[in-house]
Amino acid sequence: MKKCFGSVIVIMMFLSLGSCADTTSRSTGVYMLLDSSGTYTQELKQAQAIINYLLGTLQSGDSFGIAKIDSASFSEKDIIAKMTFDKRPSVTNKQKRLFKQSVDTFLASVKKGSAYTDITGGLMQAAEYLNETGAGKKYILIFSDLKEDLKKGHIRDFPIQVPGCEVVALNVTKLRSDNVDPREYYGRVQKWEERVTEGGGNWRVINDLNRLENILGS
Amino acid sequence: MSLAGIFNILPGSPLTSGVIALAAAVVLLYLARGPAHKAIYSLSRVVHAGFRLMARSVMLAEERVRNRNKEVLLATGAEAAERMIEREFRRVEGVVKRDLSQYPSLHRVLADQVVHIDEDYRESAEVPIPPPDWVKAVDSLAQLEAKGNNWLGNILTEVHKTAVNQHKTTMEEYRKAVGKRHAILEKMRPYWRKVSQTLEDVGKTITGLQERATYIDARMKEYEDIRNKTDKAAQKLTSSAMTQFFISALVLLIAIGGAIINFNLIALPMSEMVGGGSYIGSFKTSDIAALVIILVELAMGLYLMESLRITQLFPIIGQMDDKMRHRMIWVTFTILLVLACVESALAFMRDRIAADIQALRQTLAQVETQQVAFNSWIPTIGQMVMGFILPFALAFVAIPLESFVQSSRTVVGEIVAAILRGTAFVLRLLGNVARYSGELLVNLYDLFAFPLLWVENWLHNRKGQMDMDQPEMIMNEEV
Repeated sequence: MKKCFGSVIVIMMFLSLGSCADTTSRSTGVYMLLDSSGTYTQELKQAQAIINYLLGTLQSGDSFGIAKIDSASFSEKDIIAKMTFDKRPSVTNKQKRLFKQSVDTFLASVKKGSAYTDITGGLMQAAEYLNETGAGKKYILIFSDLKEDLKKGHIRDFPIQVPGCEVVALNVTKLRSDNVDPREYYGRVQKWEERVTEGGGNWRVINDLNRLENILGS
Repeated sequence: MSLAGIFNILPGSPLTSGVIALAAAVVLLYLARGPAHKAIYSLSRVVHAGFRLMARSVMLAEERVRNRNKEVLLATGAEAAERMIEREFRRVEGVVKRDLSQYPSLHRVLADQVVHIDEDYRESAEVPIPPPDWVKAVDSLAQLEAKGNNWLGNILTEVHKTAVNQHKTTMEEYRKAVGKRHAILEKMRPYWRKVSQTLEDVGKTITGLQERATYIDARMKEYEDIRNKTDKAAQKLTSSAMTQFFISALVLLIAIGGAIINFNLIALPMSEMVGGGSYIGSFKTSDIAALVIILVELAMGLYLMESLRITQLFPIIGQMDDKMRHRMIWVTFTILLVLACVESALAFMRDRIAADIQALRQTLAQVETQQVAFNSWIPTIGQMVMGFILPFALAFVAIPLESFVQSSRTVVGEIVAAILRGTAFVLRLLGNVARYSGELLVNLYDLFAFPLLWVENWLHNRKGQMDMDQPEMIMNEEV
């Protein structure tokens, strides 16, 4: 009887050890915004390398979403692909293949850029998606020249909320007007940095796409 | 008073002030010399005695530790020797049971064979042919001359013929009898061989027993030394424990290496079972699951070795009755076998997952997928075999672990004793330093008060001289 009691206690201790899992989420959530406006569409081929790198880096349980920035980006319709990878590595690999296929199809279909560029809407959509995933580490990657051009009537001049998000601007290309007056470029980047930090996020710019390992690094 | 105050006793002349202060200090030091010396000596003696006392206590503790170490060492050694002797006796018992327990039947077989041989020998004993009585008469007759006596000649001729015929018949019978006896002797040969073989076997057994007896004698001598608690036995056991400690530590390191490889072999596929994204604390659940499997294998190995009575880490297992122990052997072995099969399957799964991940990476890197090598099954089989063998290999960790645990007691005890000895030495040294420091301080004190001491000494010498001179003067006056 005593032995049985002892065994039950040991089993219960073992189970309790198993159940006291860490409640902190250690998964990573990445949302990538692809600027599909005007001349920036030519740069989208470079985004493919970044997406492939991210697909190779993200693990089981992580979430990944890709959306395009067009005239009105605060919409689920702009999401190209989104996925929370399964806990099992084998299923994750299959999901990654499907994801890649979706992205490849989209990139092949992009012919003409959108007339306007709604980056703020895309950022809000990204923050919403990442908060829903419950990821521990949240990254919003903006593959854009950061030149926002809103359609008449669209209101975006309010503070955005990206708490706990690491916002990384990738491949921020210089426009012709930037060459004329570089202050315009720095001012643009500065403006976005302020908006992000005021919204509770962290801001980084990575223009050297040969250093992809820095994207998800701090 | 500050240093500046000392040099300002006489305002405006710091040198004079300094000299006055120094003179005052010398006078004060001289006046307080006796009590100061006593105080310094007392302090040094107190410190010296304190350190000596501490050193003594530490030495006593060291002695206790040493005695305890010796007791434990001798007890362990005695236990090991008992086990060894017991095993030898069991072997002897086995030999006796196997070979010598059949001695009565063997003896009977030998006796039967001897009886057979004896009978055959008797049968083969040559029976002398009875000498024909008439041979002499025939000889006498043969010596007679016929001398023209025809009837006598005929009789003799007939008698001769009969005698020759008789001789032939007798010789034939004799040859037949000899042949028959030779055949009987031929039949005796296998019996002789059998007897010889049986005796050889018995001889070998006896020789083996003699060797065992010599070995047991040697072990008994060691055991007696241990029981008598001789220093020689303790030294031998300490040396043996040190050797065991280092060897078992080396083997354990190898085992840890094996466990790490085993862990890497099953950690990835475990994520397929328990999920790759869940954590317990700051560790991945899959990693912990893999570790638990390895630890369970180790535990099963320990129980198996205990049940087989190879190790004695858990006395409760060793004390079980044989039936229960055999059950335990089978249960632990079965669990180990199942775990080995699971690991083998996990190793196979790992290979598949790794190949899949590699293929995905190649696709993502937009590299053309390489052709699968012709002999790509070799690493798969290798991993599966490793996954199957490593649990059994880890099961044997129980043996070096037991040696390590047992010898570490001795090694740790020796280290503690050495530390205590070192501490006692340092404390004694500090005590002596304190004692001689007191003398040094007294001498330094006198050095500062040397002008007045010199004066005192001079006066003392002078007084002594005067005392010496005075009796001489009195004597001269008397003279």
